[in-house]
Amino acid sequence: MIEFILKRLLSGVITIWFIATATFVGMHMVPGDPLANAKAMKPEIRRNIEARYGLDKPVWHQYGIFMGNMLKGDFGISFTQKNRHVNDIIREHFPVSALLGVMALVIATAGGIVWGALTAVYRDRWPDGVIMFLVVIAVSVPSFVFAMLGQLGILAFNDLVGASLLPVAGWGTFSHMLVPALVLGLGTMAYLTRLMRSSMLEVTSADYIRTARAKGVSPLRIFFKHQLRNAILPVITVLGPSIAAITTGGFVVELVFAIPGLGRYFVQAVQQLDYTVIMGTTVFYGAFLVVMVLVVDILYGFIDPRIRVAKSAA
Amino acid sequence: MTTMITTQHRLTLVALAALILTSLTLLSVPAHAIGLDYESRSISHAIRQEPPDLNTTTSTDTTSSMVLDHVMEGLLAYDRDNNLIGGVAERWELRDDGATFWIRKGAKWSDGSQITAHDFVFAWRKVLEPANASEYAFILFPILNAQAINEGKMPSHQLGVRAVDDYTLEVTLFQPCPYFLGLTAFSVLFPVKESFYQSRGERFAADAEDMLYSGPYIITEWVHGASIKMEKNPHYWRKDEIWLERIDIPYITEDANARMNLYRDNNIALADELVAESLQGALQERMQIKTFLDGAVFFIEFNFRDQHVTRNHNLRKAIQSVFNTDDLVYKVLGNPGSYPAYSLYPRWIKGVNDLYKREYPPIKPQLNAERGRQYLEAARKELGVDRIPPLTLLADDSPNGQKTAEYLQTLLKQNLDLDIRVDVQIFKQRLAKMTAGQFDMVVSGWGPDYDDLLTYGDLFLSHNLNNRGRYKSDEYDRWVGVAQSSLDTRERMDAFNELQKIMFRDVVIVPLYERGKIFVQHPRLKGVVRRAVGGDPNFNFATIEPPAGTAR
Repeated sequence: MIEFILKRLLSGVITIWFIATATFVGMHMVPGDPLANAKAMKPEIRRNIEARYGLDKPVWHQYGIFMGNMLKGDFGISFTQKNRHVNDIIREHFPVSALLGVMALVIATAGGIVWGALTAVYRDRWPDGVIMFLVVIAVSVPSFVFAMLGQLGILAFNDLVGASLLPVAGWGTFSHMLVPALVLGLGTMAYLTRLMRSSMLEVTSADYIRTARAKGVSPLRIFFKHQLRNAILPVITVLGPSIAAITTGGFVVELVFAIPGLGRYFVQAVQQLDYTVIMGTTVFYGAFLVVMVLVVDILYGFIDPRIRVAKSAA
Repeated sequence: MTTMITTQHRLTLVALAALILTSLTLLSVPAHAIGLDYESRSISHAIRQEPPDLNTTTSTDTTSSMVLDHVMEGLLAYDRDNNLIGGVAERWELRDDGATFWIRKGAKWSDGSQITAHDFVFAWRKVLEPANASEYAFILFPILNAQAINEGKMPSHQLGVRAVDDYTLEVTLFQPCPYFLGLTAFSVLFPVKESFYQSRGERFAADAEDMLYSGPYIITEWVHGASIKMEKNPHYWRKDEIWLERIDIPYITEDANARMNLYRDNNIALADELVAESLQGALQERMQIKTFLDGAVFFIEFNFRDQHVTRNHNLRKAIQSVFNTDDLVYKVLGNPGSYPAYSLYPRWIKGVNDLYKREYPPIKPQLNAERGRQYLEAARKELGVDRIPPLTLLADDSPNGQKTAEYLQTLLKQNLDLDIRVDVQIFKQRLAKMTAGQFDMVVSGWGPDYDDLLTYGDLFLSHNLNNRGRYKSDEYDRWVGVAQSSLDTRERMDAFNELQKIMFRDVVIVPLYERGKIFVQHPRLKGVVRRAVGGDPNFNFATIEPPAGTAR
């Protein structure tokens, strides 16, 4: 087990180095000037700013400095937020995105498992049809549409009850999170529903289910004890990447609901060619993804005894 | 087996209880802001982005300006009609070779200490120090030795600024600067207290407690990316004239629809910079939609570099003769609040005694397609070609930029049979291509840096770096020289009019439109000042009317 984790950690470090290098190269190849503004700068003023950000040095030298600082855990100062360290930006805004992401993931996973199991149980009957139709909508409609609809829905709801029960936007309390988390989790929920459905159907025709039925086990017990538990495994596999996708993919939701998450900074940094923030957030998210996938792999072993058994037998 | 199940159950129960408890605590906090409240004299507002830089010595953007104009004050300030009045300075004197400011006794920092002339000397030196890397340092260049200091050729203590004593600031100008007084109301020239600056080091202005305030309000809380709270500054010298006790900014979002929804739910008192789509609901609910011109003027700029056919005067004349800015603004763009432009100077700018456009009306081109074709024919002969080669029209990927480019493409094809290749780029790349000269025509715009017509007038000065089409005219440069150095208002305004005439005659630009901002504002909120230069909107003079039925 330890050997396995160490191996994975090493490959994780290589992956992160690769991500950092690829981003650095890509970023410098994108046309456009990170210091460009609507107003042209006098050369002497530009020189001062370039010196502040180390842009006056050759690119390979900049790469060296960046890698050195990254090892020390320092991503430098933002180009656009002139007083802020990229580390501070990540530290202050990632927890917001993460909290929203976890909420969304809880909603998505719970919803995905329940709806997926339901469609499998009611296969080819009307509940299956209705849910699968909604799933297609949730997968294909972009999240900004749901975000806007969600916000209009809150307005209509507040209008109806005659008081601002649910906040239209903003951040700080549990009620601020509800609708954004639902909107954010919708796509993943739909995806998980489909996954859960097919994996349930596969399990239903398995031998051990037939055996259980033959033994006379009650259908409810079969459903919970045998079908659900086995069908959940593939769902858990995709949870790792999903966590990363949800916590990073919240840009639109964060924008519409005025949530101070990291997703907003990430996208704006790319638009404004804010070199340090691009590098900082990409490397951070890359590392986050690598760790999440690793965690899921380890968890997988705990949930599925067969994997542990196979390992110890070998 | 049994014990395991009970442990699991117990864990689940604990987790459930914890979840319910946290949800309840979180829910009990009031979750939304209130647009305005007469009793507590407070308003809520939403801004587009986190203020990128509240350090006055380096700040350049409009969002930071908006916050800074509430919490800081310079030597001079603006009143509710945007006229210059005394701020930290109670008296001043502007001469050809310098200026003197007498600091108000009783003008205090938010820690209760007196603001002194030394605080201005320190701040201005800081702005110019190369290591400070201030983008707006050039605004101080009229001061003696400023440019040399910024280029690192001189130490900053040689700047032509001196504190004669705590209450007298002496400025030596390197050339006459008729608009210098207006500059002192601009954030780059705001004071900084040296001891406070040193105590904060790198952290200066990074958080609310890392700032010292000289203006009507102080920032009491700043949650990055989320909210800013401002409260009345108890040490502000004019605090009795400030009515609002609190200005909250609980929302930061670039989404115009979200701002509109917040306004409709009465969470904010003013929803700014709306887009046409978000107005549907507003119209149905009979809200009063307001507009104001934000100072940005848009135009087509030509490339005057060698090898570009747009160097040809007759070709530019041909385009000017067929271009209809009214059609573009009213039929194509359809942005409420924007106006057709006939000059580089916006319509609200002041002249000698009245609006500039009344005293010196711009020349409107006579639309005449036949005339246009004659100019084109002349251009074709002068260039010695059978057919004008396709022209590259550069534009950015904003809706307005693209619509303008497409309109122009169709118009020039129909009227002049000119082929236009539209090159759409993201904003920064559009600028990069402009600087590199990779265009024949470009849809461009300009907003003011400071409160003087010169911020528009010197745009096409031959060595101005923003003159990216490289237009060059000795006559134009001469008149800019007059406008830069004369202290006589009439003489300056005449000079600006000569520039206006040259821009039309030489077709340096084809003016397109003046951009308007659309907003809705709570009917009981009064006295909000809108500004094209510096921070906008400004609530320093705002008041709230009592709700209907309340005695005043």
